[in-house]
Amino acid sequence: MNPREYDIEPVDLSWCPGCGNFQILSALKEALAELKIPPQEVVLVSGIGQAAKTPHFMKGHIIQGLHGRALPVATGVKAANPGLTVLAIGGDGDMYGEGGNHLLHTIRRNPDLTNLVHNNMVYGLTKGQASPTSPLGLKTPVQVEGVISEPLNPVALAISQGASFVARSFSAETELTKELIKAAIRHKGYALVDIFQPCVSFNKVNTYKWFRENTFVQESSPEELRDRRRAMELALSGPPFPLGILYREASGRPSFENLLPAYRRNSEPLWKRTPDRDGIEAYVETLR
Amino acid sequence: MVRELSIGLCGAAGQGVQTVEVLLVRALGRSGFHVFSTKESMSRVRGGNNSTEIRVSEEHTEAFVDRIDLLVPLNSGLRKNIWKRLGPDTLVLGDREELKEEFASKEFRFLDVPFLEIAREAGGAVTANSVAAAVLCALFRIEFEILDDLLKERFGKTPEVLEKNLLSAKKGYEQGVRLLEEGVFALKTPKPDPNWRPLLIDGHKAVSLGSLAGGCNFVTAYPMSPGSGVLAFMAQNASRFQIVVEQVEDEIAAVNMALGAWSAGARGMATTSGGGFALMEEGISLSAVTEIPLVIHLGQRPGPATGMATRTEQADLELALYAGHGEFPRVLFAPGNAREAFELSRLAFDWADRYQVPVFILTDEYLLDSIFELESLPVESEPFSRHFVETEPGYARYRVTENGVSPRGIFGHGRGLVRIDSHEHDEKGHIEEDFDVRERMQKKRMSKLRLLEAAALPPTVKGDPQAQTKVFCWGSTGPIVAEALDLLGREDVSMVHLKQVYPLHPSVRTLVEQARRVVVAEGNSTGQLARLIRLYTGREAEHRLLNFRGHQFSVEEVSEGLGKILEGGEPE
Repeated sequence: MNPREYDIEPVDLSWCPGCGNFQILSALKEALAELKIPPQEVVLVSGIGQAAKTPHFMKGHIIQGLHGRALPVATGVKAANPGLTVLAIGGDGDMYGEGGNHLLHTIRRNPDLTNLVHNNMVYGLTKGQASPTSPLGLKTPVQVEGVISEPLNPVALAISQGASFVARSFSAETELTKELIKAAIRHKGYALVDIFQPCVSFNKVNTYKWFRENTFVQESSPEELRDRRRAMELALSGPPFPLGILYREASGRPSFENLLPAYRRNSEPLWKRTPDRDGIEAYVETLR
Repeated sequence: MVRELSIGLCGAAGQGVQTVEVLLVRALGRSGFHVFSTKESMSRVRGGNNSTEIRVSEEHTEAFVDRIDLLVPLNSGLRKNIWKRLGPDTLVLGDREELKEEFASKEFRFLDVPFLEIAREAGGAVTANSVAAAVLCALFRIEFEILDDLLKERFGKTPEVLEKNLLSAKKGYEQGVRLLEEGVFALKTPKPDPNWRPLLIDGHKAVSLGSLAGGCNFVTAYPMSPGSGVLAFMAQNASRFQIVVEQVEDEIAAVNMALGAWSAGARGMATTSGGGFALMEEGISLSAVTEIPLVIHLGQRPGPATGMATRTEQADLELALYAGHGEFPRVLFAPGNAREAFELSRLAFDWADRYQVPVFILTDEYLLDSIFELESLPVESEPFSRHFVETEPGYARYRVTENGVSPRGIFGHGRGLVRIDSHEHDEKGHIEEDFDVRERMQKKRMSKLRLLEAAALPPTVKGDPQAQTKVFCWGSTGPIVAEALDLLGREDVSMVHLKQVYPLHPSVRTLVEQARRVVVAEGNSTGQLARLIRLYTGREAEHRLLNFRGHQFSVEEVSEGLGKILEGGEPE
């Protein structure tokens, strides 16, 4: 499949020239095309932010909802129709700030969805405030004396909470990003891909140059990827920060939708079903 | 004269009052009595003093009365709200050993029944509740086999527990028979009707079963009383009905997950109470702009904030009416009894899907925790219909149509792409800041209000529609006002009960205009329905009968309140 099949016209991309989002968008389209998933089977769910606009700029079903709420929406979609390929896409403020509680519990729930987080360590849409992953000391129009809260470590958090797939990329490494997205989509369960991404307008510290100098690609064997302790060490290390899959569960753990009684005897998506009125009648009669 | 008895059962949390209630209500129903029961409980897992009222009658009843004819206190420490309801004719059936001197100095008819001693001898002290249920069954001349069956249904899974309870019940039953033979039980019990064998259903089940009949197949919630009864029922029956039920991390997740499910073609519901509903407000607004259908069950309890967790109130009408930023149409249903709870819950899913709007089912703790009798439930009365389409290439989710409803595509059904956006958007769902598009889309969404107004359900009028005085009420207060009017016996007073509080049916205006005196009776401190009526009809209610103490109005209270209003005075 040609990634151009994911192109949408006409499109007025609202990102700044040089933004890492362009690279991620292109990697995402290529990943889906290489996996041969037609746009009609893909649901791109997002919240609010520059990264959350990504679904608008490509083909596929989309639902851009509220800031921070992409993960529960995506879980609802997947649980209602497990045959769909569902991605939740957003930035660090969206997924790690406003949506932090959903992140924790989506990891626990382990639905089969791919979570792409464009992590530029700053708020772009609202013009330059600190994000949950901003480095200590970063000065912004709001954090005028520099950030004083510890940055959140998303990959360590996800691994510690039992996420079944955790990876990190850097948007300029488009080939790596594409491969990680493919692996995340293929993974049966919740998969986090945290993607370092320079914000050319508001983050003058974590630039292309900075990310290049402070990251390296970590190669791992499949056995090593199952080692949670090793994964945690990698996640806590840096700078320089390791890129690649950091942790991938051995497999075998069923994903959320596979554990639902709704699909135990019937694999059809919910929209195909009609209410079991005979069953309701029968139940009602037990109430006498 | 219709014979009727009101039984008051009291006991500590954990003492098994609820077991007595369930056993007795079902035994009464199976024996052909008309029965209604309602309870009030403290927000604690053990101890305290909770009470249940069971009304046994020769005719249908479905309202709380203050009067207690037969009081069965299982523990000492009766609360003052119960003392107040006892009269000189009340017969107290209690265990001296447990109650000590509690009723000794009072002027009540007291019948000492050694519940504890019988229980200890038969199955152990914990089975005192089965003893009490059995004594009462005997006093109502219910065949022991009926109780025997019910105990087997309730405890059958654990043979040891069943055996103890059966033994205790047998002894208790014998004790009850002895009381009858000795002629010391002075109350006249109603006559059963051998042809009457009702369904007995509480509000939780009525909302749940109605939702299921309406095609609900996706339920999300964060536990919060009293909304979590529906969550529990759905979870316990998820496998039976093959539905998705998930207890989520917070109410924000509940509403967003339900919206995700609807957009993939499921019929989703979030169930909650006021505090959780408040957290869902942004999601409700999302439902509105994206035109994703949504059903929320809002079981009301007293606020603000934590308020009274296990108590009742009708103070969230305006919350639901104005919830969510921006302007958009919505539907508010407010069932008055189990039948309406079933029918409106079913309808909620059809309307949400048909009109692509959020629909709220407003119940309250009183309605949810009351057990109503019904001859049958109309499970099959309306055919099931879906309101989404198979999409074609070039599909536009928000196509502007004459009536404002765009054909709704869902993810994964058809060759088109369904593009849904929380921003203002064009017909294809793209972010759009063009002012003309904004106006067109806002008009399109608001035009659905006209469809909803045309579909609105009429209120129930009891009594003469031309009556000079009309008592308006909504939701669970309805049956209480209805019986209060019977008690009052005035032909110049009628009741108007609203089971849909928004949009209002056009007849509400006519009924208001025809009334010389408008009284509004409702369970809040400011008169929210009265304000809504003024907003839509311009008429300020002459009188408001309000109750906001955390416990439902009683029939007597409403009757007295109305009596004072009619005499020209104001109710206290």
